[in-house]
Amino acid sequence: MIFYGVTAVLLLASFFSDRGKTVKALKIAWKKFSNILPVFIVMLVLVSISLYLLPHELIMDYLGEEDLLRGMGIAMLVGSMALMPGFIVFPLCGILRGQGVPYMVLSAFTTTLMMVGLITLPVEKAYFGMKTALIRNGIGFVIAVMVAVVTGLVFSEVAL
Amino acid sequence: MKAKFPVILIIVYAAFILFSFMSGYQPGKDIGSNFLSFTLSMLKILPGAFILIGLFQVWVSRERVEKHLGEDSSIMSFLWVLLLAGTTVGGLYVAFPVAWALYEKGARLQVVLAYLGFAAICRIPMIILEASFMGIKFTMVRMFVSIPLVMISSALLGRYLAARNWEMTSPESSAGKEEGSDRWVH
Repeated sequence: MIFYGVTAVLLLASFFSDRGKTVKALKIAWKKFSNILPVFIVMLVLVSISLYLLPHELIMDYLGEEDLLRGMGIAMLVGSMALMPGFIVFPLCGILRGQGVPYMVLSAFTTTLMMVGLITLPVEKAYFGMKTALIRNGIGFVIAVMVAVVTGLVFSEVAL
Repeated sequence: MKAKFPVILIIVYAAFILFSFMSGYQPGKDIGSNFLSFTLSMLKILPGAFILIGLFQVWVSRERVEKHLGEDSSIMSFLWVLLLAGTTVGGLYVAFPVAWALYEKGARLQVVLAYLGFAAICRIPMIILEASFMGIKFTMVRMFVSIPLVMISSALLGRYLAARNWEMTSPESSAGKEEGSDRWVH
């Protein structure tokens, strides 16, 4: 992984220029990690349950909805609740596209998936508090609607 | 109160998973293996991410962050966090600690919020996947619409929160407080 390569290079560079600072950096890293760990565990518990209740295959079935508006609504709802890594989402969306699911619905789904995270809310709450976290996610939802509508217009799936 | 909640939850959850595996209760076993696979994929990223945050903390001076991302920084600050967000790995769960590290060093709220928004929509590995499966046009539309909207909404929300003296708090210091609503000045 490139990511760990970069991390290792930076860590070594840091170590050779200042050992004390590097040790301090590692201590900070550990402290920050262990402080947020309980919240991460809560998130993992939520992920594991939601993945059972809403498996990827089921999500894809939902997105196959015929009616454009209903399809978009379902897509946004599911997108807000699910947590799916990109390497699963996009290939599946590609397949759905091949089956005739509109770009607008897929855009609503992927954008809410990226911008609205009910599952990451416990982590977000720890830094922002519930109220601000909800506002931030609400804004993400509205942006997702706009992105989906513009996508629908550009691909001529809806007309003004 | 808040510190205790995960402990009870985790004990109940662990007991449920353990019981499921011993009695062969399939839903519990599925949930348990979901937990394991997500934990493993997160553990691949988190140590590196937190080491980078630690290095950032000791090597990058507060003055530098304030100059480029702080109260008096220009619109360029949004470009800097866009680039940072593009190279952020993992998901939003990595972006939150990074956002906090920026804030702690004096980045203004508008910029921190924009970073989070960009980290959601502009991570480079994700964009490449998206464009290859959905087509360049689809990705271009999404980016052209969402990037300006994230900038505008972050600027507005940041200004709104700052005007109310709202502050982000670190998870360590908020552990004692209840919820987060007390950060709002009414």
